[in-house]
This record gives sequence, structure tokens and C-alpha cells, in this order.
Amino acid sequence: MNPLATVGRATLTVCDSAGGIFLFALQALGRGLRGPFYPRQILRQMIDIGYYSLPVVGLTAIFTGMVLALQSYTGFSRFEAQSAIPTIVVLSMTRELGPVLAGLMVAGRVGASMAAEIGTMRVTEQIDALSTLSTDPFRYLVFPRVVAGLLMLPLLVLVADVIGVMGGWLMSVFKLGFGPIEYVNRTFEFLETQDVLSGLVKAGVFGFIVALMGCFQGYVSRGGAQGVGAATTKAVVSASILILTANYMVTELFFSR
Amino acid sequence: MKRSLPDMQSPKIEVRGLVKSFGPKKVLQELDLDVPRGQSLVVIGGSGTGKSVLIKCILGLVRPDAGSIKVDGEEVVGASRSTMERLRAKFGMLFQGAALFDSLPVWENVAFGLLAARKLPRGEARARAIDVLGRVGLPAEVADLFPAELSGGMQKRVGLARAIATEPEIIFFDEPTTGLDPIMADVINELIRRCVRDLGATALSITHDMASVRKIADRVAMLYAGKIVWEGPVAEIDHSGNAFVEQFINGRAEGPIRVAQAANG
Repeated sequence: MNPLATVGRATLTVCDSAGGIFLFALQALGRGLRGPFYPRQILRQMIDIGYYSLPVVGLTAIFTGMVLALQSYTGFSRFEAQSAIPTIVVLSMTRELGPVLAGLMVAGRVGASMAAEIGTMRVTEQIDALSTLSTDPFRYLVFPRVVAGLLMLPLLVLVADVIGVMGGWLMSVFKLGFGPIEYVNRTFEFLETQDVLSGLVKAGVFGFIVALMGCFQGYVSRGGAQGVGAATTKAVVSASILILTANYMVTELFFSR
Repeated sequence: MKRSLPDMQSPKIEVRGLVKSFGPKKVLQELDLDVPRGQSLVVIGGSGTGKSVLIKCILGLVRPDAGSIKVDGEEVVGASRSTMERLRAKFGMLFQGAALFDSLPVWENVAFGLLAARKLPRGEARARAIDVLGRVGLPAEVADLFPAELSGGMQKRVGLARAIATEPEIIFFDEPTTGLDPIMADVINELIRRCVRDLGATALSITHDMASVRKIADRVAMLYAGKIVWEGPVAEIDHSGNAFVEQFINGRAEGPIRVAQAANG
């Protein structure tokens, strides 16, 4: 084994797939935006991504909010700073944990199923069948999913923000001895529009990433059941990595000024 | 838009010097083939000899490395997306595994082309779909079932209904009888024969099922090592004088076709 060759091959593979994904995204948007549109498909995907992810995202958010309150209490009570807990919870949820955790959960739930569905359509020739029936797979399959991801994840994150703050409230009021009204007032005392807005922008970017990776990995999958299985794994892993990378970049964009 | 008017004598599909490789595998090597207007041509050849690749090149689903494919005198290779979309409106295709959309009920599968290309209202499209299902011998009740609820033979019929629903000028059949019992295979062959005749369509099929060949073919072409090695009317297939064809139709292991090499294509 030549170590240089291994490094070179890995580099080429990364560049190759990055280029592939970029071109795929351009095609999806370029062709999708020019229509024809498939409102039924867009609606179906919006329901699947938005509505059916609510339980998963809600559960994640409430426990995260509760843990945040508990953890900051144990830390902050050491220097009498418990009163900062409502602010800690709301800022962490809206700016960071809401979008990132919702994004990762949706990547596992929706990204995987998209890759499996489109991958199966690929290996059973259903995608070829679409083309022969005068229907562009990019417009019919990819664009509705990407649009639904882009639109629905911010809504999901908005819900997650509220539920997360509620989790912190429950913990603080029933276990840590906060006054219920006082906690709510403190929550909004230092909250700025930008905090929520940056989280929603992140959510939109993450939703786009999840749908794009699900579609891309499914679309390029080859070789039967094994290929579809590999596509599902790749969709979740690549979406998660891209979400974490994009999270840093969007944060930098919003808060470095 | 330059479009030479096709005269009735010119072939419906004209393939010249078609080359396609996948990596080191040379699948099609300078392949020439004519599909005459209004006739049914069947391409025979062993598994993995590139029969499917040939059809996918004509459909524009696979980009060939070199060569020319003309449909009604119009070039497919390197055609723009809008040209390709216009040409595809002439095509219908029955896929090997039927390739039905499993998220849609049977009637929407059959009416898919009508809804997509002709922008028919859904009620009207549904009525047309049930009508086409009748033509392939399926009752109206199957219209609301999902593909997963159908047997293999019924799925093939729905696939055939979907292929003929838009009344295409050219229909492609990819291994139409693979995976069916001999009786169901005969039923499907019979349906193919009748549908192609009723539509007055040109048909290009690929198969290795000789019973199917004798039933649906007007002409037969034999594909071996990336080339057409024999072509002629179906009546001549039993005395073709071609060693490849004779080995193939009699199913002999010995002969000029070497299986190791065929499996390579």
C-alpha cells in the first residue's frame, strides 16, 4: 500500500462527490424553478417532513430544555447566578440546539427514507420510467422534497424552540424553585429577534441539506438492495456532517459582525 | 427548427456506429440497426450482451460514447433536453420489472403519461385509464389497488397499459415475459401483438425467450459482442445459416458463442 496513493484517492473521491452534489443541487433548482410544478408532490412531502416529524422533534426539544435547565443550575448555583437560567435556556435553544438537533433528527428520519425511496425507484427502473413518461425526475421527485425541506424545517424549529423553553420552565418551576411568571419574564428579557431569526435561517439551510442529500444519494445509488442500504447510510452521515459544517458557517455569518 | 420530413420508406429508428463502454467493458461496438416503420423487431442475445443498453441509448437514458441514433430522421445522440422531451412523447416502454410507481394506485400509473404530457383533468384521465386497463384484460376494480397488491402477471399488464395509454408511435419491450409462467407469458405475448397491431405502432423488443420471439416478431436481429451478427424476417430464423443464431435458438452450450465472453459484455 502506497500511503500517498491512499491520500490522493481519498482527496479525489471527496472532490468528485462534492462536485457531483453541487451539480445535482444546481440541476434540481435550475430545472425545478422553471416548472412544471407538482403541487401534490410538494404537499405530500411537506406533510411527511413537517407534520410527521413533530413527535420526534418535540420529544428531543423537551428533554433538551429540561437538561439545559438542570445542567446550568448545577453549574451556575456555584456562583449564585441561577437567575441567568431562563436566558441560557432560550438562547441555547433558539440559536443552537433547536435547529441543530431538529436537523439531525430529521436527517435520520426523513433523509434516510428519501434515500431509500428514491434509491429503490432507481434500482427498479421507476426513475427511467418517469423519463419515458415525459416527466423530469428532478422536477417530480427532487424539487418537491428540497422545497418541502427548506420550508418545513424552520416551522419545526419554531415549535422545537417553544417546546424546549417549556421543558426548561417545567424543570425550573417544579424542581428548582423558580416562580412561573418570573421565569417567563426572564426568558424574554434578553431575547432578541436575531436570536430566533438566525435559528430559523439555520433550519432552512439544514432542511435543504437533508432533502438534497437524501435525494442525491438515492438518485446515484446502484446495485440492488445493497446499494440502497449504502445510499441510506450515506444520506444520513453526509447530511449530518454537512449540517454541523453549515451550522458553524451560518453562526459565523450572523454573530461575527 | 430543422426537421426533415420522414418518407414512408425510411426506417422509424436508424442506429449507426453505436459505441458504448462502461469503464473497461465494451458493451456496444459500432452497432448498426434499422427498425422498419410499423414493424415489430425483436433483438435477441444472451444475458449481459447489452440489449438493455441499446434500448436505453435510443430512449436517451444512457449517453452513448459515439454513433448516431435517428428517430423519424431526428438525431437523439446529443439532442437538447427539449428535443428529447418532444421525442419521448412518441415512445412507450414496458420495463422488465414493470417499474410501476408503487406510491400511486394502478389507475394513476396507467394515466401518468396522460396527466403529465397531455394535462388531462383527473376524472377524464381515470376514465381513460380504466378503458386502457380493459384493453389489457384487467377489470375496473384493479384501478384503485396499489401495484404491490398485484401478481407479477398483473403488474406486467398494468405496465403494458401504461406503455400504450398515450398511444405512442414506438413501443419498447424489455424482456416482456421474464419471470412469468409459460401460460401467462403467452397471454402477455398475445396482448403485445394485439396492442402493437391496434395502434399501428413500431415495436422494438429485447428478449431471450424464443417462444416470445416467434409470437411477437416480424423481424429478428441477433446481438453478440456488441454488434448485430444477423438480421432477417422471423420466418427465416430456423434456417438462417448463421452459426450464432443456430446456437442461440437451439440453446446449445457449444458453438461460436463463448459464454465467458458473453458474460463479459
